[in-house]
Amino acid sequence: MATTTMTMAKALNEGLRRAMEKDSKVLLMGEDIGRLGGVFRITDGLQKDFGEDRVIDAPLAESAIVGTAVGLAIRGYRTVCEIQFDGFVYPAFDQIVSQVAKLHKRSDGVYTMGLVIRLPFQGGIGAIEHHSESPEPYFAQTAGLRVVSCATPNDAYWMIQQSIEHDDPIIFCEPKSRYWEKGEVDIDTPPRGLFEAEVRRVGTDVTVVGYGSSVKTILRAADTAAGEGTSLEVIDARSVSPLDLDTMARSVQKTGRLVVVQESPNTASVGSEIVAELTQRCFFSMSAPGLRVSGYHVPYPPSRIEDDFRPSVDRILDAVDRVMGFGG
Amino acid sequence: MIDEELVQLLTPEGERITHPDYESTLDGDEVFGLYRDMVIIRRLCNESTSLQRQGQLALWAPVQGQEAAQIGAGRALAPMDFSFPSYREHGVAWCRGVPPEDMLRVFRAVTTGGWDPQRYRHSVPTVVLGNQTLHAVGYAMGVQRDGAEEAVLTFFGDGASSQGDVLESFVWAASFNAPVVFFCQNNQWGISTPSSVQSKIPLYHRAHGFGFPGIRVDGNDVLAVYEVTKRALESARVGGGPTLIEAYTYRIGAHTTSDDPTRYRIDAEVEVWKHRDPVERVKSLLVREYQIKNATFDQVATEADALASKLREDVLAMGRPDPISMFDHAYAAPHPLVDEGRREMVELGISAGTS
Repeated sequence: MATTTMTMAKALNEGLRRAMEKDSKVLLMGEDIGRLGGVFRITDGLQKDFGEDRVIDAPLAESAIVGTAVGLAIRGYRTVCEIQFDGFVYPAFDQIVSQVAKLHKRSDGVYTMGLVIRLPFQGGIGAIEHHSESPEPYFAQTAGLRVVSCATPNDAYWMIQQSIEHDDPIIFCEPKSRYWEKGEVDIDTPPRGLFEAEVRRVGTDVTVVGYGSSVKTILRAADTAAGEGTSLEVIDARSVSPLDLDTMARSVQKTGRLVVVQESPNTASVGSEIVAELTQRCFFSMSAPGLRVSGYHVPYPPSRIEDDFRPSVDRILDAVDRVMGFGG
Repeated sequence: MIDEELVQLLTPEGERITHPDYESTLDGDEVFGLYRDMVIIRRLCNESTSLQRQGQLALWAPVQGQEAAQIGAGRALAPMDFSFPSYREHGVAWCRGVPPEDMLRVFRAVTTGGWDPQRYRHSVPTVVLGNQTLHAVGYAMGVQRDGAEEAVLTFFGDGASSQGDVLESFVWAASFNAPVVFFCQNNQWGISTPSSVQSKIPLYHRAHGFGFPGIRVDGNDVLAVYEVTKRALESARVGGGPTLIEAYTYRIGAHTTSDDPTRYRIDAEVEVWKHRDPVERVKSLLVREYQIKNATFDQVATEADALASKLREDVLAMGRPDPISMFDHAYAAPHPLVDEGRREMVELGISAGTS
């Protein structure tokens, strides 16, 4: 097993490179991704090595980036679209929801929408408006799409390749605040299937589920909780749609308590879905209602106060206390 | 760069030239006023860049090189006109009377707006490219229905010109003959993407295809920008419909302080444009034609320095907002989820109470 240490940004870059080497039909398209290497440098050096026909600097129009990727898919190409920031995806929303998600069905399976829409998402980088959002619930609600998120460099490296190889369209959510954090990457063997959750820390008292940047925050909360005598089992959902409910249910049946962490607001969210499904599956094992720790129901705030909007270690521990103390 | 269709009233050396359709209507004091505006906004911009470098701003979008485009357009507006900016129009905001410290609130990351748009008749910044052009057309349709003699001016760039919203706003403005002027600052670069990727023809030519006039003005010539914008606004106010103005200019600085332009463009190009500096151009005219002395220019520089110092003080005094303020104005009417969030924040001890 060959492992190497790299940042999530580099892991994504290497994953894209490997996918492009393996399949000449893989293209990259997005704003500033060629010469500049993208504003986060995820595609750094790829245009130099694969040429302008395969790494396409797009005119500035997100609807066109996704819409033309649909046409390229019909022609047999696999395009990885980069949307520069989460909050800039909405001009492409119509193409994603009305076309990307539905054309396989509409063509009775003749068209394969094997394209990936990369979305740097969630907050925590001190940015101005539209650069810190969590739009994944919109996409999770849309049948025809799959939505995944990486939380570690190893997952970034493998999940981007698995997403590119997959025949369904995938919204690939990258926690931008974790781009520069390093981790071990096993370049020989993928960790698991693209739509499987992973238990990041084994525990006994409360199951805490999250994805993207929340995973690390939950792990920090688990350290603190352990010091106070509470054992958290931490699950990285990895796939937001479909959810790996079997892995989550096994955990909740063991711990009897559930907390879900997400940066999007609660209403009609991924966390709502997880709590509802697990309550249905694990009702008789649960000793407290499942709780969600989420962003508040307000537009993403100015970044000077974003840390009080995003789920913090304190807010996660507060929810842990409440499920631990329930009925007591 | 010199294009025979480019409206120019002042050469890069600051010499007047004649144009068949336009002539400068400004007297010496008014020209000096435009010079003062440009010096001040450049100085405030440089101070803002320093503030960002010192960690006092989250981000800054420099305006250097585009002062003439913004001041010329901003000063062409009549008091009752309304303007819809993108996020770099600090010069226009200055002309509309927006206090400099209010322009920096977004960049200090303490708000997502910054000023009262009705008070200054200048809308809040729009970061998603091109969205505001449709708002401008809608506002203009309202002006039209009110029977008011007002015009609307909206700003976007060569990058945003590829967005569907901008092209749809052209369709609507033409269909409804809306009293709107589209002001495109073609600063040649959309982050790393040259304007040639956004358009294979001069951008102002697009207007003809949509059924209204387009005009290219030297965006580094404040006299030309002023006259061209003024006439387009006048036409809009009296039922002449929309105009597209392409102000041909250059972004001397980075896209924002997060950007490194050395990765994608060559110094020689920047140097060429520095020789077309919009501020020096007017200064040459003022010296030659109006015998303005160095002492007078020094006074403007001193005034700009004082404004920059005040801006610095005001920015440093902007503290972290009470987190509970995030619940203000999320809705106009009470909302149970907002109330619940406020309650939770107080219970968790994050905030003492209502802001």
